Amino acid sequence: MPSLTLTHLRYQFLEQLRVPIALVASAFFPAAAMLAFVVPFTGADPASATSATAGMMLFGAMSSALIGLSVSVAQDRERPWDPYLRTLPAGPLPRFAGRILTTMAGMLLSVVPVLLISAFLTAAAISPPRLVLGIGALLLGSVPFMLMGLFIGYAVSSKAAIAVSQVAYFPIAALGGLLMPLEVMPGFVQSLAPFVPSRGAIELMWAAVAGRTPSPVSVVAFTAWIIVAGAAATWAYRRDEGRRFS
Amino acid sequence: MTVLARGIEVTRRYGDVLALDRVSLDIRAGELVGLLGPNGAGKSTLINLLVGLRRPTSGTVELFGGPPADPVARRGIGVTPQETGLPESLRVGEIVDFVSAHFPERYGTAELLARFGLGDLARRQVGGLSGGQRRRLAVALAFAGRPRLVFLDEPTTGLDVEARRTLWEGIRSFHDDGGTVVLTSHYLEEIEALAQRVVVIGRGRVLADGTVRAMRDVVGVRRVSFAAPAVPDLPGILRSSVEDGRVHLLTTDSDLLVAELVRAGTAFADLEVRPTSLEEAFITITSEEDARA
Repeated sequence: MPSLTLTHLRYQFLEQLRVPIALVASAFFPAAAMLAFVVPFTGADPASATSATAGMMLFGAMSSALIGLSVSVAQDRERPWDPYLRTLPAGPLPRFAGRILTTMAGMLLSVVPVLLISAFLTAAAISPPRLVLGIGALLLGSVPFMLMGLFIGYAVSSKAAIAVSQVAYFPIAALGGLLMPLEVMPGFVQSLAPFVPSRGAIELMWAAVAGRTPSPVSVVAFTAWIIVAGAAATWAYRRDEGRRFS
Repeated sequence: MTVLARGIEVTRRYGDVLALDRVSLDIRAGELVGLLGPNGAGKSTLINLLVGLRRPTSGTVELFGGPPADPVARRGIGVTPQETGLPESLRVGEIVDFVSAHFPERYGTAELLARFGLGDLARRQVGGLSGGQRRRLAVALAFAGRPRLVFLDEPTTGLDVEARRTLWEGIRSFHDDGGTVVLTSHYLEEIEALAQRVVVIGRGRVLADGTVRAMRDVVGVRRVSFAAPAVPDLPGILRSSVEDGRVHLLTTDSDLLVAELVRAGTAFADLEVRPTSLEEAFITITSEEDARA
């Protein structure tokens, strides 16, 4: 890893660690959802408990990526420190990479409670290689949401970022079948589901943890979302010159 | 002399607002330049363009011969952040390490902090620093990468007199070692004490550019003062004030003013005619511009 990326990673990680409440919050929701939805309904069946756990891990990762990243990017842009950083001799890449890696580290922390609840309170079962594969799929699956988070963070103010990212978060998670199985959802949700990015992401995770074959439509849509969100994030970054100081 | 930073016919607009209007300016190696101007005059915009934060609407900006947007060109500069934005949760030493890591040449963190009187604060979190300590840290960061050219935006705002003098010494010694400095300040005293060259900016244009002495001479303003109870009605007064029973008048023609003063038969004592301070020159230059606009 280039040393400057490492420098930015270290700096952003330190900042995050010193305000641990943000990490606690991002770990809390998926764990609470796990207790509310997964444990009572799918606890007894190993296969459905495993896939539901994967869904909750993705649910937590989406929160870190979409809400956490967009709000922290937007807040940073509003502090005078951000334009100062732009005067340092570095392009945007070390900062972008540092941010994404820090967010990924936060995600890995936030899945720990979900995994513990799953292991002790449900019948979910997984082999160590599949667990590693599943975590890899989780990181890959979170990429479009991180790019969306960057886009929102660079496009709007921090107050707007909180609202926009939360409004986007729940419907995308629900439409992808992360909270409830798609089979119990209304017909229009089932026909919409393959096209939302969370569906492709969760099917990749299921492929990793349970060897299920993902639907091609979902995977193509997932890839398209990465391209669109990546282009949007880049556009918003270029357009941003920080806040205007006369 | 080598030109380190240059603007050629630079214009910058924010929507309908014209912040800089065809400004051309060279910053040469070894200079200590004071940028002077009222708030909103375009000083910050000019600095933002030179350090690569913004792009000009038209015209060319160069830093070490290249575009300032290129990170390589920015290796030779140092900039002060606004101290209000320093990351609260990080320690002083961590911030210096972080900034230094961007530059190929750097001071050791301990050495840099010692130079700015922050040596014993390396382990302190920024959130626990006083305003003056933050300010000194912000200025120290501008020097972290052993720059050839530093941009100091209001370096001593909020510092007490002693801390200000110490910082001035630091800036002078950097300059004596061959460093180039671009400085903005609310304190004209500061520009007068440090700068050799003064550039006055107003309404997005360079209104005047020269040495501190030349600036006073170009303006040709003299201060005429004498003891009298009130300001007499005389021609050619640019500005007048009464302090402790003394009348102070600014004028471009002190000979005529004194002749008129005598002719008017007003009682006065202790007549004194002096060259103006930079502050008076500055006020004259910018108010002439206002009158023309």
